[in-house]
Amino acid sequence: MNVNVGELKKQAARVRAETLRIHAAAPETRVASSLSAVEIYVCLFYGGLLRHNPADPRDPARDRLIVSKGHGSISLYPILADRGFFPKEELQRVCRPGSFLGGIPDPVIPGYETVNGSLGHGPGVGAGMALALKRQGSDRRVVVVTGDGELHEGAVWEAFLFAAQHKLDNLVLIVDDNSRCMMDDTARVVGLAPLADKFRAFGWSAAEVDGHDVEDLCAALGAAQGGDFPGPRAVIAHTIKGKGAPSLEGDPLCHVRTLTPQEVEELTGGAP
Amino acid sequence: MSGPKKRMRDSFLQAMKERMAAERDVFFLTADFGSPVLDGVRKDFPDRFVNVGISEQNLVNVATGLALEGFRVVAYAIAPFITMRCLEQIRINLAILSQIRPLNVTLVGVGAGYSYEVSGPTHQALEDIAVMRALPNVGVWSPADAATAAAMAHRALDVAGVRYLRLDSHPLPDLGPAPSRDELKRGFRLGGSAGAAAAIVSTGYMSQLAGGVRDELEAGGIPVRTVDLMDLAAPDLAALAAELAACRAVLTMEEGFVGRGGMDSLLAQHLAPRLPKAKWTHAGLEPHYHFEIGPRDDLLAAQGLSRPALAARLIERINA
Repeated sequence: MNVNVGELKKQAARVRAETLRIHAAAPETRVASSLSAVEIYVCLFYGGLLRHNPADPRDPARDRLIVSKGHGSISLYPILADRGFFPKEELQRVCRPGSFLGGIPDPVIPGYETVNGSLGHGPGVGAGMALALKRQGSDRRVVVVTGDGELHEGAVWEAFLFAAQHKLDNLVLIVDDNSRCMMDDTARVVGLAPLADKFRAFGWSAAEVDGHDVEDLCAALGAAQGGDFPGPRAVIAHTIKGKGAPSLEGDPLCHVRTLTPQEVEELTGGAP
Repeated sequence: MSGPKKRMRDSFLQAMKERMAAERDVFFLTADFGSPVLDGVRKDFPDRFVNVGISEQNLVNVATGLALEGFRVVAYAIAPFITMRCLEQIRINLAILSQIRPLNVTLVGVGAGYSYEVSGPTHQALEDIAVMRALPNVGVWSPADAATAAAMAHRALDVAGVRYLRLDSHPLPDLGPAPSRDELKRGFRLGGSAGAAAAIVSTGYMSQLAGGVRDELEAGGIPVRTVDLMDLAAPDLAALAAELAACRAVLTMEEGFVGRGGMDSLLAQHLAPRLPKAKWTHAGLEPHYHFEIGPRDDLLAAQGLSRPALAARLIERINA
């Protein structure tokens, strides 16, 4: 995997700052959950790991990306705008009347495939897409991003069993494992450990990686997309909820925390 | 009612099997619920038949994924399970998503009403009409006989969209020839006496009983119009109101809870205002679960849904 680590780091810093600015203007957005996934989205879109076509968002030649943790993808907005899915000016209007960029994204936004944010739907829908692509002889992939708290939903385990049964080796699941759900640390609510072992026991391959290290993350995602493992592949990205905003990082309740415009200004160094 | 009894599911599945032979983009999913005809589908189309196991939530999600990639999908399970176990999957991935991206998904539930009369309330579908009617962008199709079920199999493939098709599990006689394409489109078919001052509007198994109720009134010299309502989400009510313009008394009959958003709500809210001179009575099941074992007609009779009791209700409205 030949990635420009410096460029990816630069993009991650830009996306993190823009996400914070969006949040400052639209405090309804779930900023902590969006910040933990920044490098995941950056590696997919700038690391050559997701074939996409902004001029034709439903291009059959695209890889399918399902952001199952829909609320935690405000950080995808600046990426989609930068790639040309929609004009950058739209980022100024998130959660404003008339904007298509809401607090929970829907597929009225170019670049989104499905309705998410209500959690636990992405793996099953993604498995159906992966099955369809295999039956149609397509070599395109389906990438699904979930949170870790989202794995409390029973339907995802139905999907995990199904994907393994049908050997969906074109399905890659990225768990943004920021170790927190809404009210507390996931381990203190309903623990998921050992998560990688659970995937392996379910017939998946599973890799664990630092979800903020773009070099390792790209390598893990690239490995998950390749190779000859005869089944679906999970990449557990260990992340920090609220990454880049210290007051969020240390707060088990950061999911529902809102940063003040002053905090955002301090974190981003002022205007872009 | 006459002629041989046939199962709706057999006619539906046979029609689907014939279409699947020629149309490679039809995909059949089941949640571990089978039938002899379905065994043929499984054998003939192994690439386009998948049993997802006992997992209705995943059934709907996988159906969505297949449909997003261009397959026309049939998802098959027991009626209360495919509607209520996975209601949020249907809401998010079919009702909401299909408003943005075109999907063709037909959810087929077997066991309408008291079909499973010895299985008790877990397996009986008494709320499914109300629950599914609440969802925008989802059709609710309720055939009364096997010929209609087969016609709906074709309509499911020929018309894009999302719909729930509720099938009775019992063999039943056909009420007449299969409904025409126009009848399916407007969502009802007519029987009995045109221009009658009394009407029965019924759906599913209750349309099987409606003929007997009509016969009882007509034996007493009272002509009755019967309406088999096949579409419970968006029937052409203007057309239906025009057909019933002469009506002064209407009996509605459904094998589901009354007063809870089912067919009675549809008609009371949207048809009754178009027929201001008509007096209405809504027959169905009181909202209460019953644990008694069938026969089905005994279960219905115990709740006032016997032929004479239903005839008496309509006569009472005529005389009111």
